[in-house]
Amino acid sequence: MKKLMSAVLAGAMMLSLAACGSTADTTQSTSGSEAATGETTASATPIKLGGIGPVTGGNAQYGTAVQNGEQLAVDEINAAAGYTVFELQFEDDESDPETAVNAYNALKDWGMQVLLGAVTSDPSLNVASECVNDNMFMLTPSASAEDVALTGPNVFQMCFTDPNQGKTSAQYIADNNLGTNIGIIYDSSDPYSTGIYTAFVATAGELGLNIVAQPSFTADNKSDLSTQVAQCQDAGADLVFLPIYYNEASQILIAANSRGYTPTFFGCDGMDGILGVEGFDTSLANGLMMLCPFSAFGDDETTTTFVSAYEAAFDSTPNQFAADAYDCVYAIYQCVQDGTINGDMSASDMCDALVEAFGTMSFSGTTGENQTWDENGMISKEPKVYQIQDDAYVLVGEE
Amino acid sequence: MQFLSYLISGISLGSVYALIALGYTMVYGIAKMLNFAHGDIIMIGSYVIFFAFGSFGWNPVVSVLFAMAVCTVLGVTIERVAYRPLREAPSLAVLITAIGVSYLLQQVAQLLWKSDPKSFTSIVTAAGLKPLALFEGQLVISAETIVTIIACVIIMAALTLFVNKTVPGHAMLAVSEDRGAAQLMGVNVNATIALTFAIGSALAAIAGALLCSSYPSLSPTTGAMPGIKAFVAAVFGGIGSIPGAFLGGILLGVIENLSKAYISTQLSDAIVFLVLVVVLIVKPTGLLGKKVNVKV
Repeated sequence: MKKLMSAVLAGAMMLSLAACGSTADTTQSTSGSEAATGETTASATPIKLGGIGPVTGGNAQYGTAVQNGEQLAVDEINAAAGYTVFELQFEDDESDPETAVNAYNALKDWGMQVLLGAVTSDPSLNVASECVNDNMFMLTPSASAEDVALTGPNVFQMCFTDPNQGKTSAQYIADNNLGTNIGIIYDSSDPYSTGIYTAFVATAGELGLNIVAQPSFTADNKSDLSTQVAQCQDAGADLVFLPIYYNEASQILIAANSRGYTPTFFGCDGMDGILGVEGFDTSLANGLMMLCPFSAFGDDETTTTFVSAYEAAFDSTPNQFAADAYDCVYAIYQCVQDGTINGDMSASDMCDALVEAFGTMSFSGTTGENQTWDENGMISKEPKVYQIQDDAYVLVGEE
Repeated sequence: MQFLSYLISGISLGSVYALIALGYTMVYGIAKMLNFAHGDIIMIGSYVIFFAFGSFGWNPVVSVLFAMAVCTVLGVTIERVAYRPLREAPSLAVLITAIGVSYLLQQVAQLLWKSDPKSFTSIVTAAGLKPLALFEGQLVISAETIVTIIACVIIMAALTLFVNKTVPGHAMLAVSEDRGAAQLMGVNVNATIALTFAIGSALAAIAGALLCSSYPSLSPTTGAMPGIKAFVAAVFGGIGSIPGAFLGGILLGVIENLSKAYISTQLSDAIVFLVLVVVLIVKPTGLLGKKVNVKV
């Protein structure tokens, strides 16, 4: 709430500054801060980035991570450039599809030129169709359902699609003989989890992997997951695939431990963050493997810079969501630096320019090197498999 | 053996439902209102224990007692501030207020403690209790399960004794039967209702401790779903009846767990609610509910 207030106040200040010291050649007069430097170029008109995500409600941890990641990138870019390149306005959607559309409309009234959102899949699907109607460029940091990118030509994803993760996981497990009897526990009420699950089962079938149990749970009955663990144990699974988020995964690890059940656990990018669950005995996660394009434990320079800046700013370790969101802003910034877009363009012109640029450009960020987007707006990412050893992620191999 | 293991964990889950359902059913029986905020009091109680025990390292038993005290104060305050002014209002207004209080508690918890779930360290194993292995280790019953079932039985028995054998208990029975007449007979209705809320909320703290010890994920919405299930259990057993809440809770937990194990993990909720519908069609007052003749 405080942050929101300060954002509103800062916005109000910028408006008032622009009103007194306005320069003639800016059409959308919000270039307050750099009027003081006395230098006004075309690129000095800030580009208005809109963000949508759940910062309240049950999925708030994801939305907050995205908001923080975007804010951090915007602050960094503005500070480095010496003028306001981006303005960011973030609206709450409570992970609700209807609210997301309201948030989108509010952002459009504010003058948004590029949308970096939404965070979760269902709201993103709704917002994506609005973006297609309005020809607004949409780059979602984390809505990984395939249907989001397929909504239209101007909708792009920064994250791996769900089926892709399922396919790659099955491939990796088969290639490395990680398990002969596989159990899967997934969330049937969540498109992310089901998307990975379906693709995993299909690929596992092709590769001849033996799936012995596949119990599921839903958002409404996930408080008790011990039955699902018991089913995998009774079926003799020596590898349990968990295409779910880290919170439920931590419950599964605890349940397995209390039953004395020790298979190999293998998860996807939703697992990132499991070491940060407050009160969780992280030794239970030892040996857990996960397919994940980003790790806060990475030692390359991009990652360490991002992680330390994020920790300094928000006092918590960034997860996948924050990293994807951070990359989204930098991908747009790359287009600004190339001169593809500037703040004076209309949202629709900017959208056309960005669609063309994203079709050809290659982007390196915290979640991968030399990434490109295909004609559907889906990203190519190099998946990495990490294993948790003594509270740290260790890279075990590359696909 | 597998069946036995599922059955026992079902009884354990059911015991937690029963404990929560006791809070619902007492408040309904005496104040004739559905306190939808009950599930969220459980959540607050769990957070209190999480911090008292996990962060400050208090003794598990002291932590639970402290949480009971906090929840009692909270429950009585809510009753005083939100429900008492509406005592003569239409029941719909009270119901909506209760839903409002429920949301208020969830949102306040989110502001205070953030939405990311915390992993609750089991206070039962922390108290040094070990799981019980039977039949040469083929059947392992966790310490949480045993404590939950025993605690539930003790509380249920104590509550029945309290209501039937003590003066404040008789006052509760009187208020539940006829509030106006009870008042005329000199029963302090407001104090009795406040006492009911106090007991229900203290039980909620215990339920929270046991719930989160068995199912260790704690977030601001932790209490919501168990709260609704427990409400169903209360209706199932006959709302207003203390043994009914106990029976309904246990049955609900067992049905839920067995259908998860043998029919479908996805359909377990549907099956639970289907059973509820069937029971209500056959016996509209619930399993142990009393039939009330309304005089015209």
